[in-house]
Amino acid sequence: MATAEPVAQARDLVVRRGGHTILDHLTFGIARGQVTGLLGPSGCGKTTLMRTLVGVQRITAGEVSLLGRPAGHPGLRARVGYATQDAAVYPDLTLNENLRYFGTVLGLRKRRLAEAIAKTVRDLDLTSVQGRVVGTFSGGQLARVGLAVALLGRPDLLVLDEPTVGLDPVLRHDLWTMFHRLADAGVTLLVSSHVMDEAARCDFLLFMRDGRFLAEATPREILASTGASDLEGAFLRLAAHPHAPGALQEEGRP
Amino acid sequence: MTAAIAAPAARAPLISWALTQATARRVLAQLRHDPRTVVMMLAVPSVLMILLRYVLNDPVALNRFAPEYIGVFPFVIMFIVAAITTQRERARGTLERLMAMPLGKLDLLAGYAIAFGLVACAQVTVVLIISLTWLGVTVPGSAVPMAVVAVLDAILGMALGLFASAFARTEFQAVQFMPAFVLPQALLCGLVVPRDQMTPVLSWLSNVLPLSYAIDAMQRISTSGSWTAAIAADVAVILAFTAAALVGGALTLRRRTR
Repeated sequence: MATAEPVAQARDLVVRRGGHTILDHLTFGIARGQVTGLLGPSGCGKTTLMRTLVGVQRITAGEVSLLGRPAGHPGLRARVGYATQDAAVYPDLTLNENLRYFGTVLGLRKRRLAEAIAKTVRDLDLTSVQGRVVGTFSGGQLARVGLAVALLGRPDLLVLDEPTVGLDPVLRHDLWTMFHRLADAGVTLLVSSHVMDEAARCDFLLFMRDGRFLAEATPREILASTGASDLEGAFLRLAAHPHAPGALQEEGRP
Repeated sequence: MTAAIAAPAARAPLISWALTQATARRVLAQLRHDPRTVVMMLAVPSVLMILLRYVLNDPVALNRFAPEYIGVFPFVIMFIVAAITTQRERARGTLERLMAMPLGKLDLLAGYAIAFGLVACAQVTVVLIISLTWLGVTVPGSAVPMAVVAVLDAILGMALGLFASAFARTEFQAVQFMPAFVLPQALLCGLVVPRDQMTPVLSWLSNVLPLSYAIDAMQRISTSGSWTAAIAADVAVILAFTAAALVGGALTLRRRTR
């Protein structure tokens, strides 16, 4: 359940790349034990924001901290799980070989490593393909492989970049159930998506467009303040009138 | 769930043997899944030596040049393999994933060095056996010093390949580094024209390039047949270049990118 102290915080975060402002003075907090959704069209800065949180993106200005430490701190590397849009594993190795290597890097050894791998592949329904070379996997299986590596070390914070893209509806439903089960167990999740029907599954939403937040609130609050019948409609209204009274901006940003 | 967090403490050591070993195993496992590459890595230097034998078609000339080429072929192959492998790590996102994990940069590079070092040993063993038996190349004394130096040359090639790949944005660029980094060294190392017959500028260039020392060492071994101070000095230079390339490779690995 959510507690007062946010797991991740950013203040006035700016990232510029090649003359373009990708993240434009973002200030936010991500609450513990919740599924926070980062929703917005492709190219709006979701991936850059996530890379910043896991400490692989250079920051132009501002501050980002996770679990009380600055993003990218060596002590965070085993506590933050990160799944990118592409699996980012070795396609020429079997799933098992991939998981053994990444698990070892995360500090797991012998029995704990074997148990973590067994549990992770079970959770993601990948047990039957464990011994297969990842390069032969289907798109849906591949999407779960990246997730498997992120879950392997049982991190406190999971940063998942579009984890459900291209998955069949049943599997997508199972994954969202798992995300909430993890959150109930105290894990904090930040999940990005450009599909608005996934927004309703989140405890809290960050609506993003052009490197800024259109709204930071619960789905219920966003619906109430915009008067829209669904979250897609709410996003459209917020995008059309970003500075209207209904827009849930906490501080007076330009 | 949170009760089973894996060792959350910050890792102080510069290099971890467990992670270096895990990386070496992973690289070797990747090679195991690609038997054609393994066959090529083991066979190409030998095939080239056989070709050299028939191109020269003269036992005296072969004896004179063979040791130098035994030093060059594994060097070149290891350079390409290492440059492409690291470039792939970047392109596939696995490098970024590892850099977000508790893996030291030296763990990664040393892991590569060990894995490719083992491949280099196998490669050199095959090419030496074929050269010394079938092709009739003779070495005064034991073949062991030649084997050791050839393996060190191959590892030097690998280290330079790892370092060079830091400057490649695409796999195409990484491939081009072979002619760009390696061929000038091959022209200047004494293989084509003896180093002491070069003009001062070229001879100076030759002196600062690592492959020259690799070739010098092989040449000296093929004539002296035993370990001399001059060979030891060449080997020291080879090792220094290897270490510098690996440290340079670690310095150019960035945890954070733009």
